[in-house]
Amino acid sequence: MMNAQLTAIETAARVRSGDMTAVEALAQSQAAVTARDADVRAFLHLTDDRAAEQADRVDAQVAQGQDPGPLAGVPIAIKDNMCTRGAPTTCSSKMLEGWKPPYDATVVSRLEAAGALVVGKTNLDEFAMGSSTENSAFGPTRNPHDLTRVPGGSSGGSAAAVAAGFVPLSLGSDTGGSIRQPAALCGVVGFKPTYGAVSRYGLIAFASSLDQIGPFASTVADAALCFDTIGGHDPRDATSIPSAIPSAAAALGNGVAGKRIGIIDELMGEGIDDDVRARVEQAAAALADAGATVERVSVPATIYGLAAYYLIAPAEASSNLARYDGVRYGQRVDGVNVEEMNAATRTAGFGDEVKRRIMLGTYALSSGYYDAYYGKAQRVRTLIANEFAQAYSSFDLLMSPTSPSTAFELGAKSDPMSLYMCDVCTIPSNLVGHPALSVPFGVGDDGLPVGVQLLAPLLGDDELFAAGQVLEDANPTDATASGSEIRGEVRP
Amino acid sequence: MSELPDGWEMVIGLEVHVELATQTKLFCPCANAFGDEPNTNICPTCLGLPGSLPVPNAQAIDYAMTLGHALGCTVAGSVFARKNYFYPDMPKDYQTTQYEHPTNENGSITLGDGTVIGVERAHIEEDTGKSTHLGGGGRIHDATATLVDYNRAGVPLVEVVSRPEMRSADQARAYVSELRDILLATGVSDARMEEGSMRVDANVSVRPVGSDELRTRCELKNINSMRSLGRAINYEARRHVDLYESGQSPNQQTRHWDEDGGRSTPGRSKEDADDYRYFACPDLPPLVPTDEEMQAIRAGLPVLPAARRQALADATGIEAGQAVLAVERGLDALAIAAVRAGAPGDVVIKHVDQNLSDGAGQLDGPMLAKLVGLEVSGALSATQVKTVLGELVASGGDPADVAASMGFEAMDSSELATLLDQLIADNPDEWQRFTEGDTKVQGFFVGQIMKATQGKADGKIVNQLMKERSSG
Amino acid sequence: MSERITRDEVAHVGQLARLVITDDELTMFTEQLGAVLDTASDLAALDLSGVEPMAQPCALTNVTRPDVIEPSLGRDEVLAMAPAAQDGRFRVPPALGEA
Repeated sequence: MMNAQLTAIETAARVRSGDMTAVEALAQSQAAVTARDADVRAFLHLTDDRAAEQADRVDAQVAQGQDPGPLAGVPIAIKDNMCTRGAPTTCSSKMLEGWKPPYDATVVSRLEAAGALVVGKTNLDEFAMGSSTENSAFGPTRNPHDLTRVPGGSSGGSAAAVAAGFVPLSLGSDTGGSIRQPAALCGVVGFKPTYGAVSRYGLIAFASSLDQIGPFASTVADAALCFDTIGGHDPRDATSIPSAIPSAAAALGNGVAGKRIGIIDELMGEGIDDDVRARVEQAAAALADAGATVERVSVPATIYGLAAYYLIAPAEASSNLARYDGVRYGQRVDGVNVEEMNAATRTAGFGDEVKRRIMLGTYALSSGYYDAYYGKAQRVRTLIANEFAQAYSSFDLLMSPTSPSTAFELGAKSDPMSLYMCDVCTIPSNLVGHPALSVPFGVGDDGLPVGVQLLAPLLGDDELFAAGQVLEDANPTDATASGSEIRGEVRP
Repeated sequence: MSELPDGWEMVIGLEVHVELATQTKLFCPCANAFGDEPNTNICPTCLGLPGSLPVPNAQAIDYAMTLGHALGCTVAGSVFARKNYFYPDMPKDYQTTQYEHPTNENGSITLGDGTVIGVERAHIEEDTGKSTHLGGGGRIHDATATLVDYNRAGVPLVEVVSRPEMRSADQARAYVSELRDILLATGVSDARMEEGSMRVDANVSVRPVGSDELRTRCELKNINSMRSLGRAINYEARRHVDLYESGQSPNQQTRHWDEDGGRSTPGRSKEDADDYRYFACPDLPPLVPTDEEMQAIRAGLPVLPAARRQALADATGIEAGQAVLAVERGLDALAIAAVRAGAPGDVVIKHVDQNLSDGAGQLDGPMLAKLVGLEVSGALSATQVKTVLGELVASGGDPADVAASMGFEAMDSSELATLLDQLIADNPDEWQRFTEGDTKVQGFFVGQIMKATQGKADGKIVNQLMKERSSG
Repeated sequence: MSERITRDEVAHVGQLARLVITDDELTMFTEQLGAVLDTASDLAALDLSGVEPMAQPCALTNVTRPDVIEPSLGRDEVLAMAPAAQDGRFRVPPALGEA
């Protein structure tokens, strides 16, 4: 890692024991942001006052001998599509510029209740639609390993904030790979939980049946701690799983001895760069060395994931984004009647990618096309789930690349389809609601990070952390060597 | 009673939106209240704020299933769907409703006269906010701005959709009245048309009598009372007939009922109205009622108006159609008790319908039976019975004692005969005219006897005695 | 290029979605949406008879909450977010259609 910063677990331990104050932890984070975020541009807004108040509260709790929580004094960055009361929440859209929600997302409340310090809101592709964080109305975020490259997306700001050492933890949201792919491109750990394991209340919806919040961290253990903190049933989210979610932290150190792990054939072929494929095979060997049985497995329907996803996600988005009409909040462009006002507002407020997906989704749901497109895509989800169930009858975990390539240059993928292909490995998990973890494992031929994806069945989240830790320990890249200096020129 | 020219009949289907009597809204814990200050019962969810999520109100689901059972529907698993269209009083720009899988399907409502009207479905959905159009002298088309209050947004509704099986405005009114009685009996809604907690849209078309075709229909909105409902339907049906008879035909459209003007005017159609892009709401898991829930709901159902009318008819020997008022007034149990205590059913129903419009008060079945006994035996006059009844409603008591305390001594006919004979002797000319067939003087004799008895005499008995004297 | 979606259809979809699409954008979007729908046509060949659609990944049912009132947001705070407000209500240009 390029950061000499403490992990979340180390920070919390020091703050809890009184070796360091939360105010000091916050100051370190803020200093790092001040020094380098002008180049990286991970943050859209900093929430200094809120973080300072929380740091004071944590320090007071420590002073009074109270339990300040497992994330005491840990600076954390929040993707700007999660509501923070009184602080800007824009989804990187002009539509919501200046809007301050009157309530906190459940995950934000839980993090603060655990003692974490919310330091700011991070950049994303507008409404989380994209794989490069270039589709932000407020400009792109850059990859801390190479400022000429994208950080991936849509949670590129949160991935970059951890990779750049601004914070040990951040939250992203993952609808088709938006946590895992930027985690891979930025060389950090990224986790998409089982659908329903983490409350979506306060997460601004992109595609409701696919969206899930999860952590970015520099270590697997930090990600586990964060997941355990934000996960669990929330009565405000009707899709939240009512039963207890197995603790990820408790599974750490379990290893993979005796586990059966399958490498998904269909995600190791055409379209995956050779250097990435080589790293996945190397990771598989590391798991085998640790006592796992690793074999190839075919899950043929995964190849239909991309097509199904690009019907389902836009369809849900077209409905979820209808509310941005200029009536109640956010931006308005006036018109002579309300219809014209709605249209003028939406036309000015949304970027092209958002418009593209709204139109695609509107079309997929419209009468005469529903069965051929949306209806069919919903059946493909079942097909993929059936095939995964088949695979999991022989394997405990599956694995694949997280992203077909390492980080690409800004502007390199200008046509939508080539950008959509970035999500080919990550989308299947979203379609079926399964958990998946991306762990950094070596670098590509260009010296940039490669991520390996581990997949588990519903509620197999904890198992992923045990296996992820094995890969972390076997990571061939010297953690301090890679990306220790920032490459590339910052374009004005 | 059709108001159409001969040869035409109406085809009417009703869509009734009923607000459920819950404490909170359908998907959020804001108060479900009428008449509060604008925008005071609102939260992230019912305002459609980014990031908010819906969670269904268990009581609303329970009420909807209760209504479904009361309407004899198949009550089954259901799925919430999104109906997508833009309107400023709809905070998410989609309405959460039920589409392919509604909670209730295939029920019916039995009208007072025994006609059965099919109910296609009764599904759960959320209400919209309320728009106020400014300027333009109240005319919607000339408004300069629209103001929106979201207090009503998200209030739970059940939309009860009838089959197009009503044939007159009176039948439509009877259907709505019956539905209202069912809602009140089950406690599902307070069903107040004037407060908008029950809103009726009418789909009206016409066709030649004897045809079974369904012609182009118009949907009438803004019907705010039972009176409006009848007027609007009659107007609209007549308009259709006039169009057909002049060689034209109506366009399928939504029309706005103008109560003051007594006419319907075309609504401005939504360009995108025909493509709502329904799909299952991904934020809301399906509802699958359990056997226990269903049993509890059925067990909690009160006896419904149609069954009560039938029970009353069976107990009293009247037609079910004559039992409507008694059941509507909630006096069917009293009437049955009175009949069981020996009173003739038709007399009991007469009192319930004519003399108990404000309820029974302290009166119970045995009291009513005893009073009717005094009436039938001629011991009390009709006027006296009415007076005693009023007193029994106010304070209760034994009917004979009450009559006595009011001085309504039962006068036997021999006393009356003595009085009459004296009167004949005192007024021979008038008696002569009566015997010759001048019935006008009958009133003179009855009046005099009433005067002499301070109204205690039974007019019928006096008439009978006079008839005997004149023919004897 | 793809004939999966026509310019007219894209224009209609824009209307449904309340988006104003210029002629140039119409050309661009028609081409781009066509390319995505080309990929979607992969699904057309799949035999999915007997396969149920999946609307939600976790098979939850009957998730409800008790009918208990909780405090509302403050009206001033809410109306402060609005682009325009009047008399305690949200103000918009005239809404002509029927709700």
